[in-house]
Amino acid sequence: MKSSDESPADSPRPRAVVAGHGDFPEGMVSAVEQISGRGAVFLPLSNRGLSGEDIETRLKSVAHQTGIRVFFTDLPAGSATLAIRRMMREDPELILVTGTNLTALLEFVFQSDADSVAAAQQSVEKGRASLGAFGPR
Amino acid sequence: MPIALYRIDDRLIHGQVVVGWGQPLDIDFIVLVDDNVACCDWEQDLYRMGVPPEMEILFADVATAIRDHDRYARDPRKGLLVTPDIPTMQRLVYGVPYIREVNVGGIHHRAGRVQKLRYVFLAPEEETQLRAMVESGVKVTAQDVPAAREVPMSEVLGPSAPEARSA
Repeated sequence: MKSSDESPADSPRPRAVVAGHGDFPEGMVSAVEQISGRGAVFLPLSNRGLSGEDIETRLKSVAHQTGIRVFFTDLPAGSATLAIRRMMREDPELILVTGTNLTALLEFVFQSDADSVAAAQQSVEKGRASLGAFGPR
Repeated sequence: MPIALYRIDDRLIHGQVVVGWGQPLDIDFIVLVDDNVACCDWEQDLYRMGVPPEMEILFADVATAIRDHDRYARDPRKGLLVTPDIPTMQRLVYGVPYIREVNVGGIHHRAGRVQKLRYVFLAPEEETQLRAMVESGVKVTAQDVPAAREVPMSEVLGPSAPEARSA
């Protein structure tokens, strides 16, 4: 629960977009918010009902309006991933992390002092390390 | 082995194709038929990165796809063929008469198109092209993912759509 004297100015500014299928972006951002209270670090963008061209247009618009240069997507083959890779042709400074999981996003949230490249790389390492399978062999 | 699925999808390679259909159909290769992509190495690299390493992706313009279709169909592996739009699939179907079924998987909104299904928006000329394909004997249905209902063209386009002739 937020304290009563917390002002809107305390909300973190968006630093990355979470893009992907269905409710994945909203769901992941909601989970980040529940765990850390910093869901506002991410802007969610679903590809639902959009053509590849529309996805790219929306992502470009968000990047242009916010200055965001980091994008997290769900699937390497997803249309959001392909759209961002197209954007990277025009702007090689953009950073794409694909195969995103909650651990990766939480790591990014708490890497607020790191530069974007370092924060994204650290997110990938943590996210990859968090995957596991348990049970009978 | 015959091509397992002929799909019209304006996103071409994406999650529904690679994972949604690719896994249950056990697809080993994808033929991406698009005149624009076929002549652009950078676009091909982009789509190549979108498929898992065990899945091959082939690129062809329509003329090449018509010429090489027998080779795709004789491949012992399972294949899926995707085009970005209805006219491309229509040209392919007319060039390869034994294509009997076409899946409309995703044609999204743009100016001049009217929504028919959640994932199918059609301009009048596209409706005409779909009707012509059905009239030529091809079974055309809409279905975005395997678990969804297969929607016949008569339902998508309205009652005036002719049914496919039996093969």
